[in-house]
Amino acid sequence: MANLTELTLAQAAQGLAAGDFTSAELTDAHIAAVEGARDLNAFVTETPDIARERAAASDTRRSKGEVAGPMDGIPIAVKDLFCTDGVLTSAGSHILDGFKPPYESTVSQNLRDAGAVMLGKANLDEFAMGSANITSYHGNVINPWKAADGKDRVPGGSSGGSAVAVAARLCLGATGTDTGGSIRQPGSFCGIVGLKPTYGRCSRWGIVAYASSLDQAGPMTRTVQDAAIMLEAMAGHDAKDSTSAPIGVPNFAAALSGDIRGLKIGVPREYRVDGMAADIEALWQNGIEMLKDAGAEPVDVSLPHTKYALATYYIIAPAEASSNLARYDGVRYGLRVDGDSLDEMYENTRGAGFGTEVRRRILIGTYVLSAGYYDAYYLKAQKVRALIAEDFRKAFQTVDAILAPATPSAAFPIGENSDDPVAMYLNDVFTVPLNLAGLPGISVPSGFSGEGLPLGLQIIGKPFDEETVLRIGDVLESSAGFDAKPSYLKGDA
Amino acid sequence: MPWIIEGETGDWELVCGLEVHGQVISNAKLFSGAATAFGAEPNSQVSLVDSAMPGMLPVINERCIEQAVRTGLGLKAQINLRSVFERKNYFYADLPQGYQISQFQHPIVGEGSVLLDMPDGSTAEVGIERLHMEQDAGKSMHDQDPKRSFIDLNRTGVCLMEIVSKPDIHDPEEAGAYLRKLRSIMRYLGTCDGNMDEGSMRCDVNVSVRKVGEQGLRTRTECKNLNSVRFVMQAIEYEVTRQIDVYESGGEVVQETRLFDSTRGETRSMRAKEFAHDYRYFPDPDLLPVELTQEYVDKIAADLPELPDAKKERFIGDFGLPAYDAGVLVASRRTAEYFETVATGRDAKTAANWVTSNLFGMLKAKGLEIWDSPVSAENLGKLLDLIADGTISGRIAKDVFEIMGETGKSPDEIVEEKGLKQVSDEGAIQGVIDELIDGNPGQVAQFREGNEKVLGWFVGQVMRATQGKANPGLVNKLLRDKLSA
Repeated sequence: MANLTELTLAQAAQGLAAGDFTSAELTDAHIAAVEGARDLNAFVTETPDIARERAAASDTRRSKGEVAGPMDGIPIAVKDLFCTDGVLTSAGSHILDGFKPPYESTVSQNLRDAGAVMLGKANLDEFAMGSANITSYHGNVINPWKAADGKDRVPGGSSGGSAVAVAARLCLGATGTDTGGSIRQPGSFCGIVGLKPTYGRCSRWGIVAYASSLDQAGPMTRTVQDAAIMLEAMAGHDAKDSTSAPIGVPNFAAALSGDIRGLKIGVPREYRVDGMAADIEALWQNGIEMLKDAGAEPVDVSLPHTKYALATYYIIAPAEASSNLARYDGVRYGLRVDGDSLDEMYENTRGAGFGTEVRRRILIGTYVLSAGYYDAYYLKAQKVRALIAEDFRKAFQTVDAILAPATPSAAFPIGENSDDPVAMYLNDVFTVPLNLAGLPGISVPSGFSGEGLPLGLQIIGKPFDEETVLRIGDVLESSAGFDAKPSYLKGDA
Repeated sequence: MPWIIEGETGDWELVCGLEVHGQVISNAKLFSGAATAFGAEPNSQVSLVDSAMPGMLPVINERCIEQAVRTGLGLKAQINLRSVFERKNYFYADLPQGYQISQFQHPIVGEGSVLLDMPDGSTAEVGIERLHMEQDAGKSMHDQDPKRSFIDLNRTGVCLMEIVSKPDIHDPEEAGAYLRKLRSIMRYLGTCDGNMDEGSMRCDVNVSVRKVGEQGLRTRTECKNLNSVRFVMQAIEYEVTRQIDVYESGGEVVQETRLFDSTRGETRSMRAKEFAHDYRYFPDPDLLPVELTQEYVDKIAADLPELPDAKKERFIGDFGLPAYDAGVLVASRRTAEYFETVATGRDAKTAANWVTSNLFGMLKAKGLEIWDSPVSAENLGKLLDLIADGTISGRIAKDVFEIMGETGKSPDEIVEEKGLKQVSDEGAIQGVIDELIDGNPGQVAQFREGNEKVLGWFVGQVMRATQGKANPGLVNKLLRDKLSA
């Protein structure tokens, strides 16, 4: 039998369909991989019993000819931001100690309904706030890729555990959430595909909220085709989320025609930031050439308000977070640290329960919403946000998609950037504008940094046009021929 | 007549505005499917959304929007086709989300007005500033345990309408009339039951005073959560006196929230815990703006019932009732309907008298509401018919009405059973009169000598002999004819 953890999601689905192996076998192979890679700290909670149970149920369905679809029997990881019925949901925070929701998020329920097998809950930055997965109460996640210096590197964040689980072959796909780049940036850092769908494509119901107007769930996989298959299972209108779009879910995998001839690909000049690393510059240029070779037409476009995107994001996201996180007060669930008064209990609980980065963002958010500052910060940020969305709208009048780097650098060693929050925030410079505009974007591994670390290119699409994004991503993936494996796996071999 | 308070330094007047919180009548809460019934077991009507579990999202209950629009239309107010729910952020144990979802900059209803019916029959107008929708908070119970507070989240998330008046109220009586009228309108509309004792209608009172003739407003104080019309009026009167005393003794009124102590009838400063709240309002990113179409609003407007003001005008115009009586009759929709059933095709003034005096008196004595009345409107109408066609006298009718109140029977049945039919047969009455005249020559002589009072004695005798059933007009006429002969 082939090494089951080396299969892509699509290959595994074929193998299950052909009867080459059972979901139980596939799942056991991945459970073993998860257990063998605990040094990466990709999981907060492993759920092997649930996985075996669901794999067995999948095999039973299959034996009766009742297969739910290509996800049936596929072992996946679920970011620990998705509430999962009866399973600890920590959001990477101390303050949710012991919290086992009596409900299942819509996206993870959709995956369950599609037959997916949950292996465990993936580690993440606390409340999805971070770009390096170094803010989790459950510890840092280690990138399976290493450069020649041999240093442990960050996997990116906030969906770092999900990215590592996919990259290190611990699962065939993982759910992520992307508020400012939290799917695409770790995807790029770990050499995998990360897709942030259009805001409203996947329901937010049951996902622990960070910034409600920006949060969006999406798949993280090893191939673009896998991302298409998994997104189809995750997406769909949900009456329980007022911001979920009342539109149907296309057959995303069918969009991968391999043909991008005649498509106009925008190249935004404002993304060519000062001091852009030479390897990023080269990667981007190479990407433009590859798409051109495939018959697409590169077009210079302007997104003039790009330079304000990061500042805008770091006003709006913390503002919403400061309010969203008010419910963690020690009264009803999670951690409680007693005090002599109600206020003191709040202070003690929140002081002990939230980490430094979360506290920083709550403070920023509270500040920008305060009387006397609201107009100068929050209101202005909302206006700039509208201008950024308008930039994209105009660009999409002439182009079908936009190509840009996913990150300004490759994965950096753990410890770097950690004492300078602003340097850390700069990681999001290429990803944040999409969230502000609500657009879909995919990060596809497309090359290597000077140090031999994976780098991703990002394809940005029109609202609800994930199909074009996926089709171009698929072509880019084939052209780039990225088939390197993380050094962690080579070490094992 | 303006309400003037004579102070030591001159005449003062009241400037007052009310903020009324009305609980919207709806089966489910504003943003969740949990039930809203009053008096349920603590924490038995709480959804995952209400208890602010992680990842839960609010979804607007369209019924609540409809009710708010209906109320706005009843207040003759501007309906804003676009309104926005915002978050009002503050920490409290009975506020699970850490914020209340409310409307702030863009309320669903704008300016309108309420016409007050004053006891002297006059009217006064109070402007409405706005009506916005918001979630109610839960209930903290501090009296269940010596050391701990308990929280009941049943009320959490129930839809409230906050109706803010302009500072047009200048008399405590007007404040009372305003609350009663607002309640009456909302009950007509079926949007709020207005039961202040159950907390489904609560009132915050903003009070300031100024010298008569003075322009502009002085510092106001606010008394929160008053739960009866009487307390509202008491709190205003107390505040007016207190504020005038402060000014006249050389002090300044402090802008603050004050607590009304209903047992002592006074307001107290809550200054002990004074800290300025900064609620950090911002649009709730979990919800889209509420966008209504004019057609939607028009459809609700077309379905509105006739409201008290229009009904009152109609009662005055069609039935010729005095303004005061009309105002009393339309205050409750059920009373108005009852009255109309009785009055239709009959003498309206008689009907109004019977409803406002006899019926109201009986209901009050029995402690019943009009919808529980043992005397149905149809039966009261039949009773009036029996008087009108001479079947019974007005005096007998009162007795019949009393029996109707006891038994719920129809007046025909009672008149039949008890043989109360008026005797209008001349021959029968003549016989009684003849006997009386023959048997009482002394009285006859007195009458003939010019003592008119004796006639009354004769009438009394005839009525006694006929157990009150003789037609009094006929008795008078026959007696006079006979005695004068």
